[in-house]
Amino acid sequence: MKPQLAFALAALLGSSALQAAEVQLTVQIPRLDVAEYHRPYVAIWLENDAGHVADLTVWYDTKMRDDEGEKWLKDLRQWWRRSGRGLDLPVDGVSAATRPPGAHELALQDLPAFKELAPGDYELVVEAAREVGGRELLKVPFSWPVSQAADLQAQGSRELGQIRLQLTP
Amino acid sequence: MKLLKQLSVLAVAAALPLTADAHRAWMVPSSTVLSGDAPWVTVDAAVGNGIFYFDHFPIMLEGVGTPPADSNRQPAPLSITAPDGSDVAPQNGHLGRLRSSFDLQLEQKGTYKIAIANSGRVMGMYELNGERERVMGSLGDIVKQIPADAENVSIVRSDSRMELFVTSGNPTEDVLKPTGQGLELQPVTHPNDLYADEAAEFVFLLDGNPAPGVEIALIPAGARYRDSDQARELTTDADGKVSIEWGQAGLFWLEAEYKQTEGLEAPVTQRRASYSTTLEVLAP
Repeated sequence: MKPQLAFALAALLGSSALQAAEVQLTVQIPRLDVAEYHRPYVAIWLENDAGHVADLTVWYDTKMRDDEGEKWLKDLRQWWRRSGRGLDLPVDGVSAATRPPGAHELALQDLPAFKELAPGDYELVVEAAREVGGRELLKVPFSWPVSQAADLQAQGSRELGQIRLQLTP
Repeated sequence: MKLLKQLSVLAVAAALPLTADAHRAWMVPSSTVLSGDAPWVTVDAAVGNGIFYFDHFPIMLEGVGTPPADSNRQPAPLSITAPDGSDVAPQNGHLGRLRSSFDLQLEQKGTYKIAIANSGRVMGMYELNGERERVMGSLGDIVKQIPADAENVSIVRSDSRMELFVTSGNPTEDVLKPTGQGLELQPVTHPNDLYADEAAEFVFLLDGNPAPGVEIALIPAGARYRDSDQARELTTDADGKVSIEWGQAGLFWLEAEYKQTEGLEAPVTQRRASYSTTLEVLAP
């Protein structure tokens, strides 16, 4: 669709702003100076007052023989309780490989969970657990749908770096 | 106090087929909440002074390790129940000097129950010529063994149950159904869904019915590194219920005891029932 046409349509249909919203998540995995480093397992999901809403992605060792990597998913203990323990793994579109240290950008607006998200207040939750390491959980509150641009952040102290949620109407 | 302590030692001895100087008996699992295809847990079982410290004797279990040739002790019955209700055998059993241990592979998803239970055991105690004597066996045998001129005769019927729960994947309820014998835990809060910042509720049942006034002792692991064992005493309410605020994450040993001295069918003079379990409370 040409930009001009999209603009015209958006003006015509008030709600089309919702479809066009951008949700950009940046998850920083810190580089740690430790003797034995393993990439962290990371779960990212949505919660609201009523509890778990939807899983966005879970990074774990999906390539190990006999699904051995799933053995450590319980260490994402909050996610395991809220969702993981009830899942038949791997889950298409959710299970994904671990990622190295660095900033990882995820465009969330295209995920089914966001396309179907009901209006309301939510928290984006990021939980990380590392083999021979620690565990950290961060939450970023936001409202849906996006009415105005927002740049929301949470800062981790060890297992996670900055979590940045950029919302664009 | 000293006498009380000796009596409680005897109670444990009566509850489990162990030595007379046995103290607290417990099982401790390597983990209680597991993920993955068919994860393993290992369980240690022992009797000791401290909770979860191997400082005295193993619990000799049926099907776990080889008893010493000169042992005249009877191994305790061990039962492991899978989420679907089937029996599972312990693997890699070992009977050591200070503990026994076995492995269990969780091939099904759901909650497993590991139990050591004795029901309807009877013990007779009496004094003869100033000496204290003790006899065990069936009620009929005991009555025959107690001399006519014995003094201070007491005949104690006891039920004991020690349980452990471990879960792979989602917790399930099937193994939590009570047997209706002795003192049992009827979870309101699932025993593998315990968190330090949430209160848990349990109902205690005696022969399948809610048991008010049951005394419960709760001890967090790690007493060796504290000045006190931080034991808490709780009592079940009129509905047999108890609510527990954990206050911290970690392993806890819980023991519940019931005693009855009135309204018993002769010649039994006392009824005792005990239940103990090891619970893992997770950090939120």
